[in-house]
Amino acid sequence: MFEQGIYELLGEGIVETLYMTIVSTAFAYIFGLPLGVLLCVTDKDGIFPIPIINKVLGFIINLLRSVPFLILLVFILPFTRMIVGTTIGSTATIVPLVVASTPFVARMVESSLKEVDSGVIEAAQSMGSSVFKIIYKVLIPEAKPSLLMGAAIAITTILGYSAMAGFVGGGGLGAIAVNYGYYRYQQDVMTVTVLLLVIVVQIFQEVGTRIARLSDRRAK
Amino acid sequence: MIRLRHLTKTFETSQGNLEVLKGISLDINEGEIFGIIGLSGAGKSTLIRCINFLEKPTDGEIIFDGMNMGDLSRKELLKVRQSMGMIFQSFNLLAQRTALKNILYPLEIANVPKEEAMDRARELLELVGLSDKANAYPSQLSGGQQQRVAIARALATNPKVLLCDEVTSALDPNTTSSILQLLQNINHTFGVTIVMITHEMKVIEQICTQVAVIDGGNIIETGNVKDVFLRPQSEIAKQLILPKGSEIHNMTGKRCLRLIFDGNSAFEPIISNMALECRAVVNILYANTKCIDNKAFGEMLLQLPDDDISIERILAYLDNREIYYKEEELHV
Repeated sequence: MFEQGIYELLGEGIVETLYMTIVSTAFAYIFGLPLGVLLCVTDKDGIFPIPIINKVLGFIINLLRSVPFLILLVFILPFTRMIVGTTIGSTATIVPLVVASTPFVARMVESSLKEVDSGVIEAAQSMGSSVFKIIYKVLIPEAKPSLLMGAAIAITTILGYSAMAGFVGGGGLGAIAVNYGYYRYQQDVMTVTVLLLVIVVQIFQEVGTRIARLSDRRAK
Repeated sequence: MIRLRHLTKTFETSQGNLEVLKGISLDINEGEIFGIIGLSGAGKSTLIRCINFLEKPTDGEIIFDGMNMGDLSRKELLKVRQSMGMIFQSFNLLAQRTALKNILYPLEIANVPKEEAMDRARELLELVGLSDKANAYPSQLSGGQQQRVAIARALATNPKVLLCDEVTSALDPNTTSSILQLLQNINHTFGVTIVMITHEMKVIEQICTQVAVIDGGNIIETGNVKDVFLRPQSEIAKQLILPKGSEIHNMTGKRCLRLIFDGNSAFEPIISNMALECRAVVNILYANTKCIDNKAFGEMLLQLPDDDISIERILAYLDNREIYYKEEELHV
């Protein structure tokens, strides 16, 4: 259907998209998970209330989340160059992806942890658990199914963002769609790229949902 | 074992300050099963949470095992909590852990070596009669079984005190009885002091040795169960202990029951037992019974109380005893 080069291009696109998405999600969780825990724990009804930290952190997160991704990407270009030395390509896209999705991940983690039954937390406290032990022995394991569902949503959202970055010099399937579909009017390439994006998102979502369901011991 | 002195607790709410405990003093001795009974909103949940400092009292002292809880550092408090088990109305098991691993939890917190913890957890599962459910998740267990796991978990670190927060309120009567039985056995076998808050009379009746009646954030009455039950002094205690308005009871019920005795044991005090068990008063309007060969023959006409639930209980009781009866309308 296409000339030889296109297939290779699409293959590379998929690899680049997966690379951006997975690495960004990993970093988003490295930063976002502790932040989400901090948000949950320091809440006024949390297990270690520190309202000041909670409010300041909440404010910064809301601030970052209110900037649309494409604008954020352009806005932090100097920062991106500082970190990875360039503003073009997949690796460069990872920086804004992480900056944009960390606050989002933090909020998802916070809401998952807040679903944990307060009675169970109280029981853990009554047994003399420290705050730290409640976090890693109660909050996170009890919220695991919800955290995994959240991760599936996060990874698909980040994949969507990564495609957007194609407009401003990012790599992956998004860039192919923009360069061939938008600038060169190659509707067929565009269609295939969109299809590939849909398939990747479906796979991530479905796998995530399944793992989450399998890990849930509540309803049997 | 536990001494409470002038304990007060005030919550700050958007509608102003809410004084939940208004100066509570209590002494709970070692080995007792101490019941605290009150209607909902009386402050009993807050009171029991003050004992292990899940709620920090606004004022007053809690002396546990010679230590003033208010003077402990955070670290010391966590350590002391390991010698106070607690169980709850809603069981509060970790949903993502099996029964066995739930019991392991407090042992992990107490840094008990793995092997030793495992042995202890299995031993406790056996104690509560659930050895076969070691690998079941809470969602696969009934309410009573979940509460048994919770009891095993609370006992894992050999606590001196077991705090029970309405532990039978979510259970049916039979399960309630068996859970209470288990708690009583634990008290007898290990000498664990049990503090139990409840709104149910039968819980106090069945296992408690001491009782305190709490109302409006104050202890109204306290003493051993027999004394308080025989001679309740306060209005609220009477309300909790005696069925509604049963001191002078004017029978107004229109329904009657004719009991036919055709050879039941004459030694069984059927009417008294019925009144006690059903907590209902009946009026004997007429009776003609004979005792032949230690068997009772004859009939008796009873006026029933004017509430359908009591009547249902009475009928169920009679059915259970296989006593034949007919319902009649009272014509006065």
